[in-house]
Amino acid sequence: MSERQITLEVLRYRPESESEPVFQSYSVPCQEEWVVLDALNYIKDNLDRTLSYRWSCHMAVCGSCGMVINDNPMLSCKAFLRDLPDHIRVEPLHNFPIERDLMVELDDFMDKLKSVKPYLIPDQPVAEEDGTYRQSSAQLKKYKPFAMCINCMACYSVCPQYGLNEGFVGPAALALAHRYNVDSRDQGRRAREDVVASNTGIWECTFVGACSEVCPKNVDPAAAIQQTKIASTVDYFKDLLMPGKRDKSGNAKQAAGDGA
Amino acid sequence: MTNPPYIRPIPASWWLRQGRYVRYMIREATCLFIGLHALVLLVGVYRLSQGRDAFDAFLAALWSPAGQVMGAVIVLMAVVHSVTWFNLTPKAMPLWIGDRKVPGWIIVGGHYGGWIVVSAVVLFLAGGLS
Ligand code: SF4
Ligand code: FES
Repeated sequence: MSERQITLEVLRYRPESESEPVFQSYSVPCQEEWVVLDALNYIKDNLDRTLSYRWSCHMAVCGSCGMVINDNPMLSCKAFLRDLPDHIRVEPLHNFPIERDLMVELDDFMDKLKSVKPYLIPDQPVAEEDGTYRQSSAQLKKYKPFAMCINCMACYSVCPQYGLNEGFVGPAALALAHRYNVDSRDQGRRAREDVVASNTGIWECTFVGACSEVCPKNVDPAAAIQQTKIASTVDYFKDLLMPGKRDKSGNAKQAAGDGA
Repeated sequence: MTNPPYIRPIPASWWLRQGRYVRYMIREATCLFIGLHALVLLVGVYRLSQGRDAFDAFLAALWSPAGQVMGAVIVLMAVVHSVTWFNLTPKAMPLWIGDRKVPGWIIVGGHYGGWIVVSAVVLFLAGGLS
């Protein structure tokens, strides 16, 4: 096993002693097969115990190790050193407040995730004794890619609209809303539209497309959002041409059969 | 005392930081030239309403060196605009046949096909192909 000396320049923020973040360099002897997370763990174990960052699975599943590596947001457990130069800059995700070192505050995202009602809203819930919902493999294929999100926040880090407009619901949450909207078991599109089809929802997106380029799970949030825009436009014209189909409160929970 | 979570400011030059943002800004900027072309057409209609001499002067201006440069730039920008947007269409309009997704290049190709047909019809109506 060959060893390679790598310089890791890590953005540090220690709120008890610093009012703004500063870079700190570490020289790390790295193994050929290491990922950036291994190098961070080496620092934590051998060089500086105070370095803070999040991780859990070390296998691109939990989504907690998202950070910006040489300007690109990625999972540090999937960022192989053999693909990176000898000098690596590691920063916390952009567009989120930095809590400490590489850890960011995710409260805003959590609130937005909840706001899109990311769960099945069936018109006629199947009673437990009647068994499960049935779904064909063709119906599964329609939403499966959008269900692969692991909430790593790489897409939020690279989205200029999320950075510049506080209210924007953002790529992952909107992709998840789309994932349920196109699920054959779900009729909740109208129940989600107040948040999703609003000025701070899909219409805030200008299709920069960066979210889809960086997503480690190939979720393609940009595609999800554009498809939701089209569906929502069709809804708008349906409401215009057939206003009776919708209950007056504008709360269209009951718009039967309209959510496909 | 502990400082609050730190919010990194976003400089006005954020879009220069990465190639992907620059490409995005270029794509967005091309619409200004589409707008400019619409404006030129409107001026043409207005000049037409003022009579033959006015319209001839308008045509002469279009064919002047400056007018030709403007025309060439507008055409170039319109092509960039169309190509960049056409290439994005499979994301916005995925097509399914049964449980198979139609490959993106067919959707993009369909748009180019439509573009050629519409252009030919317009040229024909304008007398360019007759
Ligand atoms: S959509 Fe992709 S980039 Fe965004 S949070 Fe989910 S997995 Fe991460
Ligand atoms: S540690 Fe779980 S995704 Fe990287």
